[in-house]
Amino acid sequence: MATVDETMDTRSAQAARAAQAGRSQIAETVNAGLGRRYRSERRFRAYGVLAIVLALSMLATLFVTIISKGYTAFWQNSLNFEVALPADVIDPQGTRDPKVLASANYLGLVRDALQAQFPEVDSRQERRALFAMLSDSAPYDLQDAVLDNPGAIGGTIKVRVSLDDDFDMLAKGHINADLPQDQRRLTDVQVAWFQSLEQRGMVEAHFNTALFTNGDSRQAESAGILGAVVGSLFVVAVTLALSFPIGVATAVYLEEFAPKNRFTDLIEVNINNLAAVPSIVFGLLGLAVFLQFFGLPRSAPLVGGLVLTLMTLPTIIIASRAALKSVPPSIREAALGLGASKLQMILHHVLPLAMPGMLTGTIIGMAQALGESAPLLMIGMVAFVVDIPNGPLDPATVLPVQIFLWADSPERAFVERTSAAIMVLLAFLVFMNAAAVWLRKRFERRW
Amino acid sequence: MKTSPSAQTSIEIPPTAGFPLVSQGEGAKIAARDVNVFYGDKQALRNIALDIKPNEVTAFIGPSGCGKSTFLRCLNRMNDIIDGCRVTGSINLDEEDIYHRRIDVVQLRARIGMVFQKPNPFPKSIYENVAYGPRIHGLARNKTDLDEIVQTSLERAGLLGEVKDRMDQPGTGLSGGQQQRLCIARAIAVNPEVILMDEPCSALDPIATAKIEELIDELRQNYTIVIVTHSMQQAARVSQRTAFFHLGNLVECNDTEQIFTNPQHKLTQGYITGRFG
Repeated sequence: MATVDETMDTRSAQAARAAQAGRSQIAETVNAGLGRRYRSERRFRAYGVLAIVLALSMLATLFVTIISKGYTAFWQNSLNFEVALPADVIDPQGTRDPKVLASANYLGLVRDALQAQFPEVDSRQERRALFAMLSDSAPYDLQDAVLDNPGAIGGTIKVRVSLDDDFDMLAKGHINADLPQDQRRLTDVQVAWFQSLEQRGMVEAHFNTALFTNGDSRQAESAGILGAVVGSLFVVAVTLALSFPIGVATAVYLEEFAPKNRFTDLIEVNINNLAAVPSIVFGLLGLAVFLQFFGLPRSAPLVGGLVLTLMTLPTIIIASRAALKSVPPSIREAALGLGASKLQMILHHVLPLAMPGMLTGTIIGMAQALGESAPLLMIGMVAFVVDIPNGPLDPATVLPVQIFLWADSPERAFVERTSAAIMVLLAFLVFMNAAAVWLRKRFERRW
Repeated sequence: MKTSPSAQTSIEIPPTAGFPLVSQGEGAKIAARDVNVFYGDKQALRNIALDIKPNEVTAFIGPSGCGKSTFLRCLNRMNDIIDGCRVTGSINLDEEDIYHRRIDVVQLRARIGMVFQKPNPFPKSIYENVAYGPRIHGLARNKTDLDEIVQTSLERAGLLGEVKDRMDQPGTGLSGGQQQRLCIARAIAVNPEVILMDEPCSALDPIATAKIEELIDELRQNYTIVIVTHSMQQAARVSQRTAFFHLGNLVECNDTEQIFTNPQHKLTQGYITGRFG
């Protein structure tokens, strides 16, 4: 017995030793690989940090260039001086009738007032060079002032009239007065006149209200974004009013009611494909269908909204379906188990829970629509529109197209206005994204 | 437990094996005959014949995948919402086939309530959770009526004392056991005839489980209860009758005491003594 016990003992001891040796070998192998594993982890993290730094620096570059180019557009320099208002020019009969007041020769008056500052200027050529300092809208500035204050007729009035954009640029330092005359848009004499006006304190810088209250204009100093902003709002309103209900209804039907068969699979594949179709194609479709076939008006926000609805529908449908899918089945079962009909289950329980996701998708779609320009070019929303649109059927343009138009203009003043318009567009987009986050937080419920 | 297909077919169980059938008309609340359920091509239940008596607790036991939950879900047609699920045979509720074309599934589910495995209160207030059923079925004529239904339902579910000061708080903020009792209150607010419970305690701790079991015993006075459970102790504690399912077959159905003390079939014996499952 003893020998048997002994052999048993040595056997188990051998096995234990072998296991021990095996284990230390495993530990060595693991140790040998550890350094490599940690190195690759560190490398991966470094790539991540690098990617984020790169992305942030791109973003910073974007903002710095846009803001540094555009911030000066938010103020404007104007001439602020006394203009004589002889009663016999403005209102010979003394009726003070606004119609008579409106038709007076204000251009002559404001030019006379400017000439009065420089009595030495008298040749025709010199006068033209001097009057180039006045914006085309200067007479209207004077007219407005007189209509506001008819009592000043017969005396003088202190009035602020718009400067031509080149002189505004000179005041802002965007036109370099030290360059030789043939390399800038203003002659030496014009620069000298302007500097002397500045010394007399007649050049006044003020907030550029025209940028926010005017429509587009050929004159940079009176060009504004209001027309484009209103156009954009109409377009987005039409898009939202159409794409949200259609998109949500489609998503609900496909997700909750539609039978799963070849046909619905085909629809699903096509919706996913439509999301990837270049937007200009939707523009061509809009041109062919809405303008050619249905004869809707060109350049109208209504048509723009229709086209962008087609473009944003896939985004909204895909996001809404994902939101519906993420509603836990237990909630559906709870409702059905209580005897709720399918529609009651969807309306009372599924939709409220899916709403944050649907709203997020919709707002992302709207942000896309707000920033879209290519399809709108196809339906004529690239036209030069001076009037502020009063409704979705009036010709209009939108902010991105306005940016595109201004970016095409050679004047330095349009360069800074382009950047300013980009800032406004970005502000809208940031606002919309913030709204998306807020809505999601507001409607989000735990289950 | 692994079973090869050949072993599966070798188990020969006559449709009414090992238990005396209560024939229809002898007071069965629910009578199932020749029930087959298919998920696509896969057959989940074979020729189930089973009677459920009123005001009793009937427990379904069996190993995972044996079809007990599937059969439970046939009883209020919750399987209708699963794509590719097909049910043949007849299930009569008070001698009316619930799979008949004339039967409205909404009405059926108002008569046969259900409590699920995981507590699933709506992400709404406690009050709204209980009031939802009566509201969609138009059971309350006015606010006072509704208040009363909510009160009595919570009372019967043994939850009123714990929540009466916070009826407007979200139902999802309660503990797991409270949530499950809220779900029971929600089910009985519609005043169903039958309550189906699909492993109602599997997500709960022992104390909450004990409370629910106590509640089930009380509810038996007014409702017919069918409960699916993985715990044989639970089946023994709460039920009067027990049905044992195995691989889609109903192996044995009898008084609970009989099943646990004197099983007729050796599969049942093997399962309750813990030899497989």
